Amino acid sequence: MKKIKMTKTAKNNFITYLIVLVVYIAVQILLATGNISSLMKGLLVPLCIYVMLAVSLNLTVGILGELSLGHAGFMCVGAFASAFFSKCTDGAMPDGLRFFIALLIGAAVAGVFGILIGIPVLRLKGDYLAIVTLAFGEIIKNLVNVLYIGKDKNGFHFSMKDSISLHLGEEGQVIVNGAQGITGTPHDANFTIGIILIFISLIVILNLINSRDGRAIMSIRDNRIAAESIGINITKYKLMAFSISASIAGVAGVLYAHNLSTLTALPKNFGYNMSIMILVFVVLGGIGNIRGSIISAVILTLLPELLRGLSDYRMLIYAIVLIAMMLFNWSPKAIEWKERLREKYFSKHFSKKKEVK
Amino acid sequence: MKKFNKIMSVVMASAMTATLFAGCGNADAGTQAADSSSEANNAASESEASNDTASSSGVFKIGGIGPTTGSAAVYGTAVQNAAQLAVDEINAAGGINGVQIEFKFEDDECDAEKSVNAYNTLKDWGMQMLMGTVTSGCSVAVAEKTAEDNMFQLTPSGSSVDCVKYDNAFRVCFSDPNQGAASAQYIGENAIASKIAIIYDSSDIYSSGIYEKFVAEAANQSFEIVSAEAFTADNKTDFSVQLQKAKDAGAELVFLPIYYTEASLILSQASTMDYAPIFFGCDGLDGILNVENFDTALAEGVMLLTPFAADAEDELTQKFVSAYKEKFGDTPNQFAADAYDAIYAMKAAGEKAGITPDMDMSAMCEAMKGAMTGITLDGLTGVGMTWDASGEPNKEPKAVKITNGVYTAM
Repeated sequence: MKKIKMTKTAKNNFITYLIVLVVYIAVQILLATGNISSLMKGLLVPLCIYVMLAVSLNLTVGILGELSLGHAGFMCVGAFASAFFSKCTDGAMPDGLRFFIALLIGAAVAGVFGILIGIPVLRLKGDYLAIVTLAFGEIIKNLVNVLYIGKDKNGFHFSMKDSISLHLGEEGQVIVNGAQGITGTPHDANFTIGIILIFISLIVILNLINSRDGRAIMSIRDNRIAAESIGINITKYKLMAFSISASIAGVAGVLYAHNLSTLTALPKNFGYNMSIMILVFVVLGGIGNIRGSIISAVILTLLPELLRGLSDYRMLIYAIVLIAMMLFNWSPKAIEWKERLREKYFSKHFSKKKEVK
Repeated sequence: MKKFNKIMSVVMASAMTATLFAGCGNADAGTQAADSSSEANNAASESEASNDTASSSGVFKIGGIGPTTGSAAVYGTAVQNAAQLAVDEINAAGGINGVQIEFKFEDDECDAEKSVNAYNTLKDWGMQMLMGTVTSGCSVAVAEKTAEDNMFQLTPSGSSVDCVKYDNAFRVCFSDPNQGAASAQYIGENAIASKIAIIYDSSDIYSSGIYEKFVAEAANQSFEIVSAEAFTADNKTDFSVQLQKAKDAGAELVFLPIYYTEASLILSQASTMDYAPIFFGCDGLDGILNVENFDTALAEGVMLLTPFAADAEDELTQKFVSAYKEKFGDTPNQFAADAYDAIYAMKAAGEKAGITPDMDMSAMCEAMKGAMTGITLDGLTGVGMTWDASGEPNKEPKAVKITNGVYTAM
C-alpha cells in the first residue's frame, strides 16, 4: 500500500516536470520556426519570473500554512542586490559567470533577509503574521527608494538623502540613485535560463515537500501543538520553509532585474499590490498545489496582455474573468459539479473500455 | 436551481475559454483588421495621391506608448489624444509624402515591464516608428529594445537622461538636468532672489532630477540655497513643515520642481500661514490654473519655466487648444503639446528623409536619424526647434509669470 502511494506522488511530480519540459520544447520549436509573436517572445521571461514567485509563495502559504503578504519585498531585495553587483562588475568578468554569481547573490541575500525577518515574524500566527509581512514589504520598498550608493576610486559612498551628498570624485558613478533606482543593468536573462531556474525551484520544493523535513513542516501547519509534542523543532522548520521561499523569490528578482534595463521600486512592481498578485496566483491555482500555481501564474500573467484589444476595459474584464475563474475553480457547487462531470466521463470511458473488451 | 447552476457553470466556462481564445486569436485578428483597414486607407491614399507622386503604397504605422490607466493616466491620455489629433490633421492634409499615417496607442500602466509588453504588441501590429513612451522609467526600458531592433523612437516627455542614450532615440521635452540648470541660471542672471528654499518630491524621478541639477548649478550662481526639503508620494498632502522651515530660513523664493497638484496645496497652505515668497516652478506647474477648487488668486505672481502655455496668443497654440477642447472637452497640458510636436517632428523628418512605407524598420530608422538633425520645427513647445545627434532638442525655455490669472511672458 505504501509503495503505491509513493509512486503516486512521484508520478504526480513527474507530470509537473513534464508539463514544464513540454512547454519549453514547444516554445523552442515555435521560436525556431518563427511562429511566435514579439509580444509572446517578450513575455517568456516575465512568465518564468511569475511562475517562480507563485511556486515559492506556495511553499509558505500552502506547505507552511502561513499567510505572507511581503513576498514582493524578497523579490525586491534579490533584484536590487544582484543588479548592484552586476552594475559594479559589468565588463570585469565574463557575462555568464557574472550572471551566475548574481543569481547566487540574489538568492543568498533574499534568503538572509528571510531568516532575519522570519525570526521575529514567525512567532506570530495567521492574520498577525500577514500584516507584519505586509509592513516588511513596504519597508523594503521605501528603504530602497531613499538609498543612494555611488562608486569612485575611493570606494563606495552611501547616503540616505540625495545623490549630491555622496560627494563623489571626478570619475564617480552613481549606482543606486534613490527613486530612480538602478539603470543600465545588463540584459542577461533569457527563456532557457528562466526554465532552468524553474526546474531547480521545482526540484527543491517538491523534494522538500516529500522529505522528512517537509512532513515536519506540514505537521506544524496541520496541528502545531501535536507537532510540538512529538518533539519537532517548530522555529527551525518554519524558518527553513520561510527562507527557502524567500530565496527563490530573490532569484525571481534577479531574473526581473536582468530582464529590463531599469529597476525602480514602485508600488506597482515591488509593493503590496505585487505581493497580493502573487497570492492570487497561489489561491487560484490551489493552496498547496504546486502545479496549479504554475498554471494559474501563466494564465493570469498572459490574460491582461491578451486582452489588450479591449484597451482600457481590459482591467475590468480581467477582474471579472478572475472572479469567474475563482468561482469556477473553488466554489463548492462548482467542485461538486466538476466531480459529477468527471464521474460521468470516466464511467462512460470505462463502459466503452468494457465494450471493447 | 441545480439546473440553473449547471447552466451557469457551462456558460461561465465557455465564456472563459472564449475570452482566452479570443485573446489568443487577438493578434491575428488584429493584424487582419489592420490589414484590411490599411488596404482601405491604402486605396484612399492612392486615390488621393494619384494626382501628385502616386508611387506610394501602404500606410506609415506609428505607435505610441503611455499610461492610460493608473495614477499617471492623465499624462498618457493627453499624449494619446494630442497625437491622434496631429495624425488626423496630417492625414487630412495628405499625410507624410502623400502617404496616410495610422496611429495606435498602447497602455503601459506606468510600469516598465508592461511598457515592453506594449512595445512588443505594437511590433506585432507592424509599427514602423515609435512615439513614446510618456514616462521616463518606461522610456529607458523601451529604449533598450528599440536600440536592439533599430526602431526610430521619439519620446514626447521622457525627460531623464538615459531616455535618449542610444542614437535612434530623440525627445521633444527638455531633459531634467536641462530644466534644473536653466531654472538656476534664470534666477541667478535676473537676480530674482538671494535666499532660496526648495521643496521637491524625492520619490519622483522628474522632481529629484531637476532638484539635483538645480543644486549643482546653484554653486555657480549668486544666490544661496537655505533649505531643501523633500516629500514623497506617500505623504503629499501636508506641507506645513517644509514651508515653516523655508520661512524660518528666511527664503525669498521657493523653488518647486514638482507637479501642479502638490504645488496648488503648497500655495494654499503658504497663504494660510501668511508666508508669501516668490514661487518658481518648472513645466510640471503648468496646469495649476485649472485645478478644481483652487483659488487662482493664490497663484498670482508664480513664475514658471514652461515651453507651452495653453492660453498663449500665437495662432498655432490657439488652433491646437480649440481643436483639442472641441474633440476631447479638456484643456491640453504640456504633455499634449509635446506629443503634438512629436508627430509633426516625425512628419518633418519623414518628408526630409523621403521615407516610404515599404522600407523596413531599420532602414527607416537610419533615414529618420539622419533627417532628424536637419529639420527645424516651429511647434507648440518652441519656435525653431532643432535636434542634434545626441537626441536632445534645442529650444529656448520660456519663463512666464501668472498675472491676473493668465500667463504673461517675462
